[in-house]
Amino acid sequence: MLQLQVTNSPFTPEQAELLNRLLPTLTPSQQIWLSGYLSALQAAVPTTAVLSSAPVLAEESATPVSQPAISREVTVLFGSQTGNCQRLAGSLSRKLEEQGFQVTQSSMNSFKPNGLKKVENLLILVSTHGEGDPPDNARAFHEFLYSKRAPGLEHLRFSVLALGDTSYEFFCQTGKDFDQRLEELGGQRLYPRVDCDLDYDEPVAEWIEGVLQSFQERLNPSAIATEAVKAADKAPGQETSEYSRSNPFQAEILENINLNGRGSDRETRHLELSLAGSNLQFEPGDSLGVYPENHPQLIDEIIAAFGWNPEEKVPFNKKGDEGSLLDALKYHYEITVLTKPLLEQAVQFSNGSQLQELLSPDRQQELKEYIHGRDLLDLVQDFGPWQAPARSFVTILRKLPARLYSIASSYNANPDEVHFTVRAVRYQIHGRDRYGVCSVHCAERVQPGDTLPIYIQNNPNFKLPASGDAPIIMIGPGTGVAPFRSFLEEREELGAEGKSWLFYGDRHFVTDFLYQTDWQRMLKDGVLTKLDVAFSRDTEEKVYVQHRLLEKSRELYQWLQEGAHVYVCGDEKHMAHDVHTALITVIQQEGGLSPEDAGAYLEQMQQEQRYQRDVY
Amino acid sequence: MANKLSVTPIGGPPSDVEHIKSESNYLRGALVETLQNPITGGLPEDDNRLLKFHGSYMQDDRDLRNERERQKLEPAYQFMLRVVAPGGVATSAQWLEMDRLAQLYGNGTLRITTRQAFQMHGVLKWNLKKTIKSINDSLMTTLAACGDVNRNVMSNPNPYQSDVHGEVYEWARRISDHLSPRTPAYHEIWLDGEKVVDSLADQPEVEPIYGPVYLPRKFKIGLAVPPSNDVDVFSQDLGFIAIIEDNKLVGFNVTVGGGMGMTHGDTNTYPQLGRVIGFCKPEQLIDVAEKTVTIQRDYGNRSVRKNARFKYTIDRHGIEWFTEELYDRLGWQLEAARDFYFEHNGDRYGWIKGSNGRWNLTLYVQSGRIHDQEGYELMTGLREIAKIHTGDFRLTPNQNLIIANITTAKKRKIMELAQQYGLTDGAHHSALRRSSLSCVALPTCGLAMAEAERYLPLLLDKLELVIDEAGLRDKEIVIRMTGCPNGCARPALGEISFIGKSPGKYNMYLGAGFTGDRLNKIYRENIGEDEILSLLTPMLHHYAKERQSGEHFGDFVIRAGYVKAVTSGLNFHNV
Repeated sequence: MLQLQVTNSPFTPEQAELLNRLLPTLTPSQQIWLSGYLSALQAAVPTTAVLSSAPVLAEESATPVSQPAISREVTVLFGSQTGNCQRLAGSLSRKLEEQGFQVTQSSMNSFKPNGLKKVENLLILVSTHGEGDPPDNARAFHEFLYSKRAPGLEHLRFSVLALGDTSYEFFCQTGKDFDQRLEELGGQRLYPRVDCDLDYDEPVAEWIEGVLQSFQERLNPSAIATEAVKAADKAPGQETSEYSRSNPFQAEILENINLNGRGSDRETRHLELSLAGSNLQFEPGDSLGVYPENHPQLIDEIIAAFGWNPEEKVPFNKKGDEGSLLDALKYHYEITVLTKPLLEQAVQFSNGSQLQELLSPDRQQELKEYIHGRDLLDLVQDFGPWQAPARSFVTILRKLPARLYSIASSYNANPDEVHFTVRAVRYQIHGRDRYGVCSVHCAERVQPGDTLPIYIQNNPNFKLPASGDAPIIMIGPGTGVAPFRSFLEEREELGAEGKSWLFYGDRHFVTDFLYQTDWQRMLKDGVLTKLDVAFSRDTEEKVYVQHRLLEKSRELYQWLQEGAHVYVCGDEKHMAHDVHTALITVIQQEGGLSPEDAGAYLEQMQQEQRYQRDVY
Repeated sequence: MANKLSVTPIGGPPSDVEHIKSESNYLRGALVETLQNPITGGLPEDDNRLLKFHGSYMQDDRDLRNERERQKLEPAYQFMLRVVAPGGVATSAQWLEMDRLAQLYGNGTLRITTRQAFQMHGVLKWNLKKTIKSINDSLMTTLAACGDVNRNVMSNPNPYQSDVHGEVYEWARRISDHLSPRTPAYHEIWLDGEKVVDSLADQPEVEPIYGPVYLPRKFKIGLAVPPSNDVDVFSQDLGFIAIIEDNKLVGFNVTVGGGMGMTHGDTNTYPQLGRVIGFCKPEQLIDVAEKTVTIQRDYGNRSVRKNARFKYTIDRHGIEWFTEELYDRLGWQLEAARDFYFEHNGDRYGWIKGSNGRWNLTLYVQSGRIHDQEGYELMTGLREIAKIHTGDFRLTPNQNLIIANITTAKKRKIMELAQQYGLTDGAHHSALRRSSLSCVALPTCGLAMAEAERYLPLLLDKLELVIDEAGLRDKEIVIRMTGCPNGCARPALGEISFIGKSPGKYNMYLGAGFTGDRLNKIYRENIGEDEILSLLTPMLHHYAKERQSGEHFGDFVIRAGYVKAVTSGLNFHNV
């Protein structure tokens, strides 16, 4: 939760302090009650701004509410990389329909931008990627809005839900972009934008409630908040099983092996989990959410540094669940990442002045550098002395988020099982060994027989073609190859006849060829038609998958012309970018096209969902 | 074949390998393509069979096999490269190149084989071509180091009589050249030679000696210079015993039909010793070798590979048939065999001056493995010596190394280097250890059923305690160990031998002749270390107490009734 300050809220320092003290102690139902109460007050006194407690409220205030009655047609657009926004959009649409709205829901890239002129009510749900980039299926729409072709939108009412992660510099940037641009184009804000951190369930529920309520008020200004309480009862989630993101299934580990041979400088775990009794199902391309445990050594060191008692009772969440500090730091709170909001709230517990100074507006760059790669232990060690009672301090920590991994098996081929692939992250920075929370938990601290709390995260934007006859080209170096094991197992199981081509790469052939014998068998059995590999450290000159794409450009283009679907999975920063560039080169070269036309060719493929990416 | 066959060769459908050879287009197969396949570090079985003729076997690190299978990784495929060195002779430059390649592409070690060849392990498929090309550039070859052809020709690297050695070595080299395969496939595949495939159909004489399907099995030739039988001349398919009269080489006695390999549990397979059939002059040597090879080519068993060695061909048709067939092909007859006398089949260690006035240093190399260990930088020491040495290196049939033909000028410097790196003549070891031989076995050899190179030294540690207690420290007893019954360390000629059956279990053999003139006999089957020690301890004490003057252990165990003497491979399995 954001720490309210004079700079980020309309309150005086005294008000902010009171609110800061009050808000973290509220249970969800208290928050909802208060929210409804304030909204009702607001309806009676139109000039008061909306305040909602849980969401990170955007600075802009909502449009005043005294408006003529509005249309019941609502357009819901989502821009989604991993499927979160798409799922939430579905949930929102259902609620709107229940209340008698006519909803048009679509992904941004299947929405004709010219149609925007006719839209009266627009709700946008969008995530942000990497350095403030829009997700693949939002990119074109984002560009359109910022282009000269963007129409005036004086007749438009809108609201934006932004998903992001406060540990990134450009937190929720895409959502902010849309929100700002729609306003610049003349749109009126129906309800303030809500920016969500990783633990988004509650703020999302608040936003949906707020949006619904704003509609109700405009349709029927006498409606009050009580109705919304019901709507917010249930957070959006998985619906095919009782298990979901907010209620994870304890899956038994059947297998946990290192896929890297001896002598490798990497460790990649292949885990097989039992889904027996969960009713959980998934499709190739979906992801597995895994709730990890924090590293026991880091927990011990933090507790020691604060001089806390590990057995002290502390809250686990805002619902009022409590338990030992040790368990709180192990299962419930994030301790490996620092964010600016966290530091801002930590100031109140620091007796020194250095932290406050670091947060001063003229030292933003320094702050950014400090936050990078540091964890809670660094914070404790660097900014003492502390007067930080564990009970209060833990409430400023973010909830320990689940990690998403591409599923590496086909449910049809392995019913009641789910396989995933995770590379252990270990490195040294700022003079200390650091461990990836979930990857090292999987690598070091769980064995077959143990369980992991998991849920299924559908990813509608990374799916096999509907037709089993369509050729597929899969580009997945490193752990990016995981979903393609799922794809090919599925195609084998269903007897799909379409040809397939896999591009794989890693460092060393002998030790780092993930799932090598699986691919060899699939090649032999004809399930996989072609396999090209690039091992970057086996040759003097480093070779990567994009080099193989270029080497095979003629055949690759041939496949594209035959309607092949292209899938890219893995590293976003370098690989996905280089592969994208290589694909454009291939299309340009083999199709005799200009760079612009080649880009349009790929854009078109994306529109047709023939170019899908799951990059991270 | 030009010759009319004098007896009907054994029939039966040709074995799989015969098919592979006949369809290989003179050893090409699909090697060019399969060597490039980037999805596997291995080769398909057919091409692996052909690769052997090119001097390489596909192997894998068997220590990792099960682990990697669970990891969804293929076996850690790697290639063993064997480099032909007739008579075990290599120049300093060649030594340095082998050393460099072992570090660059191999597993950082070199191995001296029991046939005086170099072996390099752990070469990845992608590096095979570069390695083989470099070997060729240094005027050596891997061609025919393995496969159904004549193998590395052995000869005595005797440092006592260097004039004769020089002559015998020269003949070994000439036989090797003469029997080397002629197929251009080797050049095409490894040396970027021009492809001459299209013209082959018109050239039935691509392989004038071997023909398109080569030999039924490997063929081994060795040249001994009495009184040393270090090459174990009777274990060779074809052996030549140098006859020296008045310090001059006058010719060779010819032995035929020896061989070590057998198969556990199959009494139709057995080790056999060669028999002396006559004498030829040096200039007749190549003719005898060529005609013998062609007889085996025409009459060897091409249906059952484990009965395909030359020894079975001879035993099937009789030695008289062979000599007649040989004389028929030669168009002349061998003279009666001359007298000869062998004293031993081991190496003489340390500094020895040759008759040419040059010095020779024979180093003890455990199991023939050249590598650096903590406290014993053998490989580095030899590299430093090779950098200044103007003579040559000789790999001995007992897996040891002679730094040969050291000039007086270099002697001091080499002596200093040897001292600096602790290069040893093994004098501090027991004579038992210095007379030991083991094959590579695990983890690289695909045939091994039990350890050999990695285990024999540990067993010797324990046996040395017994030897010391019995007062036999300086008594040479030939002890050999192999991981399987194929016989790479010539185990049927050990006074004490162990042939692997399964991990930790060996068949134990006793009673071979000290000079390599008598096969040993099985004494116990399938025993582990405890039984080995509890059986050998009283036996060695018995020998220490009751041996007659000059009596060797192999003779003693027969006289004392532990085992019966084996007079021919044909009664090797009889009780």
